[in-house]
Amino acid sequence: MAKRRGGKRRKTGRGQTKKTRQEQTKKEEAIEVEGTVVEPLPNAMFRVELEAGHKVLAHISGKMRMHFIRILPGDKVIVELSPYDLSRGRITYRHK
Amino acid sequence: MRGFRASWRGESIKLPLHSPIEYKALWEIDRIGRASRLVAEALLALREESKPGVRTLDLDRFAEAWLLGQGAKPAFKGYRGYHFTLCTSVNEEVVHGLPSERRLHEGEILSLDLGAIVEGYYGDAAITVPIGDISPEAKHLLDVTREALHCGIAEAVPGHHLTDISHAIQRHVESHGFSVVRIFVGHGIGKALHEEPQIPNFGPPGHGPLLKPGMVLAIEPMVNAGTHEVAILEDRWTAVSQDRSLSAHFEHTVAITERGPAILTLSESGEGW
Repeated sequence: MAKRRGGKRRKTGRGQTKKTRQEQTKKEEAIEVEGTVVEPLPNAMFRVELEAGHKVLAHISGKMRMHFIRILPGDKVIVELSPYDLSRGRITYRHK
Repeated sequence: MRGFRASWRGESIKLPLHSPIEYKALWEIDRIGRASRLVAEALLALREESKPGVRTLDLDRFAEAWLLGQGAKPAFKGYRGYHFTLCTSVNEEVVHGLPSERRLHEGEILSLDLGAIVEGYYGDAAITVPIGDISPEAKHLLDVTREALHCGIAEAVPGHHLTDISHAIQRHVESHGFSVVRIFVGHGIGKALHEEPQIPNFGPPGHGPLLKPGMVLAIEPMVNAGTHEVAILEDRWTAVSQDRSLSAHFEHTVAITERGPAILTLSESGEGW
């Protein structure tokens, strides 16, 4: 039987199958909640009180920074909470 | 340097040695000789059996029964997932054709590759046979391939380099306008079917390990009438020439001795190819 010419073993690209577009793991959705800004902290961070009384640490979203939107204590805002850590969030909207 | 690298005519070969070359003692060469003799005799018998209307599967069964009847074990069966005893490669199939219900027809050429194990030692050989009458071009291909094998064997002398064999084969084949298959190579043989070194059928002379007595090599030139490129079919075994041109294959197991090359794959009466 003839021997296949070898040398350095070819990189085994076969073994791991790539997931197709459909199969790719979805990014989990953040949870959106309403809250009231309680206190401003340095570096554009705010303590926000949510409806259920929880206080979370939130930062201002980049989009709001870009458009120079100011947030003051007492503002009602929408906060995006990460499913991985429910005590941190991102302020994405300030209600009029 | 372990293994070798050479380049010639713009192509380069790199054949590193994965393990040291095993030199066989005389008694071991004797065992390999026994296995090789059985392979040769089996192939000669198979040549007689290869006629129009026969199925390649029938030839495989014949080979297996023959070997077992002689007390030898088929070397290919179970090797890396190969389920047959014989490789039956028709026309544009280069090597590793799987025996099947396919019937042979007049004018086709068939390559038979067989290996056997006797008392733990291997023999490996191959021939390409005409089925009935074949075209002059096909006959020419067969003759050139067989001659190329012998050109290579003639270089298998202590003191020569491995690629002296490779070069001799390539020179003979290409001087007749055919091409040498690059993807498959000859190999050492002994306690395993494929051992170091790898023996390409092309390349510049003077490279590679020095040939010494005690080495046992399976030299197997594979020659295509058209391009040297090869594609592997969906069955993951059968190799065909990419332009579907005819392909021939001859192989001998050769021991290197102080007095030169000794072809082991010959029948009791010295008949071979």
